Amino acid sequence: MQESAYHSIAENPKFKELVRSRTIFAWTLSILMLAVYQAFILLVAYKPGFLATPLWAGSVATIGIPIGLGVIVFAFIVTGIYVGRANTRYDDMTRELVQEITK
Amino acid sequence: MSIGKGIASIALGLAAAAFSISPSFADAISGAAEKQGLNIEAIVMFGVFVGLTLVITYVAAKRTKSASDFYAAGGGITGLQNGLAMAGDYMSAASFLGISGLVFATGYDGLIYSVGWLVGWPIILFLIAERLRNLGKFTFADVASFRLDQTWIRILSAIGTFAVVAFYLIAQMVGAGKLIQLLFGLEYLHAVVIVGTLMIIYVAFGGMKATTWVQIIKACLLLFGATLIATLVLIKFHFNPEALFTEATKVHPKGVSIMGPGNLVKDPISAISLGLALMFGTAGLPHILMRFFTVADAKQARRSVFFATGFIGYFYILTFIIGFGAIALLMNDPSFFKDGKIVATGLLGGTNMAAINLAKATGGSLLYGFISAVAFATILAVVAGLTLSAASAVSHDLYASVIARGRASEKSEVNISRISAIAIGILAIYLGYMFEKINVAYMVGLAFAVAASVNFPVLVMSMFWRGTTTFGAFVGGMLGLLSSAVGVVVSNEVWVKTLGNKEPFTLFGYGMLDNPALYSMAAAFIGIWLFSMLDRSASANKERDSFDAQFVRSETGIGASTAHVH
Repeated sequence: MQESAYHSIAENPKFKELVRSRTIFAWTLSILMLAVYQAFILLVAYKPGFLATPLWAGSVATIGIPIGLGVIVFAFIVTGIYVGRANTRYDDMTRELVQEITK
Repeated sequence: MSIGKGIASIALGLAAAAFSISPSFADAISGAAEKQGLNIEAIVMFGVFVGLTLVITYVAAKRTKSASDFYAAGGGITGLQNGLAMAGDYMSAASFLGISGLVFATGYDGLIYSVGWLVGWPIILFLIAERLRNLGKFTFADVASFRLDQTWIRILSAIGTFAVVAFYLIAQMVGAGKLIQLLFGLEYLHAVVIVGTLMIIYVAFGGMKATTWVQIIKACLLLFGATLIATLVLIKFHFNPEALFTEATKVHPKGVSIMGPGNLVKDPISAISLGLALMFGTAGLPHILMRFFTVADAKQARRSVFFATGFIGYFYILTFIIGFGAIALLMNDPSFFKDGKIVATGLLGGTNMAAINLAKATGGSLLYGFISAVAFATILAVVAGLTLSAASAVSHDLYASVIARGRASEKSEVNISRISAIAIGILAIYLGYMFEKINVAYMVGLAFAVAASVNFPVLVMSMFWRGTTTFGAFVGGMLGLLSSAVGVVVSNEVWVKTLGNKEPFTLFGYGMLDNPALYSMAAAFIGIWLFSMLDRSASANKERDSFDAQFVRSETGIGASTAHVH
């Protein structure tokens, strides 16, 4: 494809909408993941006592265990959320865009 | 002193410094390994694994004809298969034995550590995966150099690849040698030679097809083995975690303190810096990035990361259960400890062997043999992936693009790759032998720092920012490389504790960081931005103008090289 054809796709409103919405979505999830992880690490550094609090009165299990495992599960869930949306909404938007250009 | 010796002694000095965020982890890996008696069950099961993988390599070699077959397994791998293979690339023996050993020794700290190793995966998905698939063909340098100068950017990417692979590969070879020495009762040198030879055979003959299937089989074996041990542990405690934790705190010398954070994280800035290295380093590992070219399209690339994240996360949860199981079931039995004294470091074979000893305790010598064989298979698969990515950087980036300037035939390119794999393998055996005493965990941390400070910034800036120019990317990437290397030398661990110098300076009351990622990543990103802005050459303007074409293809896949499914 010619460079000029790419320029015109780059100006296409459908393309712009796809990129805008996906970029916001992807960066929001990235920042969320970074924030959750760094919050966990800061908790470890500044409030280790909180993580060592028993889960319920008299339990050996601590709050830190569901929180730590929770970060792992959270990482998996956000990847699932992104893949779900990208495989449906964004792929549909891409297909529409390609159809419009090749018409 | 000869130069070689000088370099070796500096490297050993660096290596002697522990990865201080996790002293116990480092000790666990680097702890003295004493040779054990011959382990027949393990050798038989490992023999079966090697036999099977050699058959796969033979079949793969016969079917490997084009460059696409060799580098990208023909592009016909599915998302699920690739997710397993990525998990196989990532779940090293260090994470299996090291993290379960760390949980065994310190309890909760092991969980903090494994969380850090997982969080980079979503980032790969959100920012890298599909764009990489849309833009590249065989290596991540294809993407970084898409609209920039082929020569300079490929040289930079190759340097980044070699640095990461060298640190990571030496770490794996040394770990492999020690483990095999322990598990199979072989000499260290023999163990390193066996690993190196098998990895050469897989990569040189079978290329990406063989490497992928070795990864998949290894990932399945490792997940199965870890699930089995964790289940056996949970059965003993009637699937009641509280009962497991109660028993563990009763028998562990540190008592209930193992249920909360210990001294893994000593200051928040160091912790954040390590966190950055882990999060963004994962997204700069060349052997992981290369796997994205083995799938058909962006959709399969996304699915790969989804499955990989799931498998790796599940695996880390298992290592947590295994670590606690090892405390609860081993620490009440003096026969698992040297001289019958129950302290974590006194475990037979070192803390590293918690999972292996637990396998013996829960499943007898058969499970012990199986898990030993799985640990060996794990190392083999990881080193094969690393070797393939370094060999591809030589043949596809340096030879085909820089030296032959795109005029090399596919056949000669693949042949160069095979020869490189053999040379890299021999070099790895030599280095593995030389650096027997190296600190494995520290080397891995270093590999991640370089990946986060060179490969990741160059890739992200060239894909997302129109203004990036060759000059900016090259200078910024080199700044990232130098600052991460210098940062390691002046870190607390090396400069103060190993070399015995005074602390160079303190900043806001903090000494030098143990992991340089915080400022070396900043140096790379700011460097790329600044030197691109300063670049007013005609070629730079042309590079900015071709951003649209790259951007459209990266976001939509229009014009992307399609898969070659056979």
